[in-house]
Amino acid sequence: MQDNEEIMVKIRGMSFEYAGRKIFDNIDLDIPRGKITAIMGPSGTGKTTLLRLIGGQLRPTQGSIQVDGLEVPKLSHHDLYELRKRMGMLFQSGALLSDINVFENVAFPLREHTKLPESMIHDLVLMKLNAVGLRGARALMPSELSGGMARRVAMARAVTLDPTMIMYDEPFTGQDPISMGILIKLIHSLNRSLGITSIVVSHDVAETASIADYVYLVSGGKVIEQGTPEQLNHSSSEWTTQFMQGLPDGPLPFHYPATDFRDELLSGGRG
Amino acid sequence: MQLIRNLGRSALHSFQRLGRGNLFLFHTLMGVPQLFLRYRLIIQQLYSVGVMSLTIIVVSGLFTGMVLGLQLFNTLQNFGAEQSIGSVTALTLVRELGPVLTAIFFAGLAGTSLTAEIGLMKATEQLSGMEMMAVDPMRRVIAPRFLAAWLSVPVLALIFSAVAILGAYFVTVGLLGLDSSVYWSQMQAYVDWHEDVVNGIIKSIAFGFIAAWIAVFEGHDAVPTSEGVSRATIRTVVHTSLSVLGVDFILTSLMFGG
Repeated sequence: MQDNEEIMVKIRGMSFEYAGRKIFDNIDLDIPRGKITAIMGPSGTGKTTLLRLIGGQLRPTQGSIQVDGLEVPKLSHHDLYELRKRMGMLFQSGALLSDINVFENVAFPLREHTKLPESMIHDLVLMKLNAVGLRGARALMPSELSGGMARRVAMARAVTLDPTMIMYDEPFTGQDPISMGILIKLIHSLNRSLGITSIVVSHDVAETASIADYVYLVSGGKVIEQGTPEQLNHSSSEWTTQFMQGLPDGPLPFHYPATDFRDELLSGGRG
Repeated sequence: MQLIRNLGRSALHSFQRLGRGNLFLFHTLMGVPQLFLRYRLIIQQLYSVGVMSLTIIVVSGLFTGMVLGLQLFNTLQNFGAEQSIGSVTALTLVRELGPVLTAIFFAGLAGTSLTAEIGLMKATEQLSGMEMMAVDPMRRVIAPRFLAAWLSVPVLALIFSAVAILGAYFVTVGLLGLDSSVYWSQMQAYVDWHEDVVNGIIKSIAFGFIAAWIAVFEGHDAVPTSEGVSRATIRTVVHTSLSVLGVDFILTSLMFGG
């Protein structure tokens, strides 16, 4: 796809099993530097697991995962934590610390990793909160925030240490149209203004495709298709068409695998 | 055949948990030395774990002492030995009831609170969030809570015993008419600093270690759902209580077994 200089995350022949179930089966994937890459696929295909593998929270069963040239599964505890200082991650739930307020949540990475004076921490936190439009909410506790606000605070926290890469885990799920619009704008502007490599895991096709430079479609432990949103929208693959257009049935069945319905009914519950 | 299979599975599961628990303890202890540079984290936890447990420890200590004084007075009076109440009360409390009851009360109050807090932090991805911010939750969350809980139990056990001795004094001297000087002089004469008080403190240090380890491990090992956290809090109380009672027997045999 690109040469090594332009690839931020390089995955080769990676497989991952959990509880005897194969989540990924020998996949190859490149995340280009400074671009927004979307990883899309139906629920339960391991998209969040992929982010955890890239972040080193899980180890692959086999294969290689390189971030910025570093082999993540082989890093020592210290080196992995050093690498994570250059990564940000936005969790689906926001993952804000519930016992401290919005200001302290955003200040948390600065207090943990720097010895900056209090006045500088104050200014930096306000700048980050202002960027997500929540400077006025700095005294609120996480329990007082809406889902959209919590994700914006989490986004401010994720960029506090000025990372070179941010991973967004289902950023649009459960958001009202206005919050979704704000989040789309923020992800886009963070990428364009700061050049942050962005990985967006989502199954909100239209929203994600509107900002993504490149898209991977993942299902059944494999990369089914990849390309620009434009290419995928005009794909000849039935599976891609079903997913991109949100069709209820197709190569990806509506029903979870089960025995024959007629036989099951006739067995009267004895089977 | 199925029974044997289930027994085997259950035994394997228990050994796995024991192994995980020991690895977890190792990682927690590795995080403890760094805490002395960040003593504020320990102070915060000492407040929420230790100080917040003070009320229940003082109230339960007071009533335990009052009941003990009343029962002992009635029984010893039959043998004309009510003068020895001061020493018997103090020995019972300092050697046994103080350390054991404090650890069990502590498990029910602060232990379950720690388990639930850590379990919910796991369920709401706060621990994962910290990891991805390059902050090690073992050092930032687990170690301070473990150390604060461990340090709190011996202090609370001493407070429990002191308050219970005052409770017994109030009942036997204040209400039942025992001579005050007899109560204190008997205690002075028969309670040995090293043999009784120090051994009692050693016991409560051991119980504090057990209560703290189980509480933080169960929270960290909880299935990250509401039911999982609920089950983990139950396990904290049950495992701590049983472990404390078992270890108490071993320590008592070693210390006072002759």
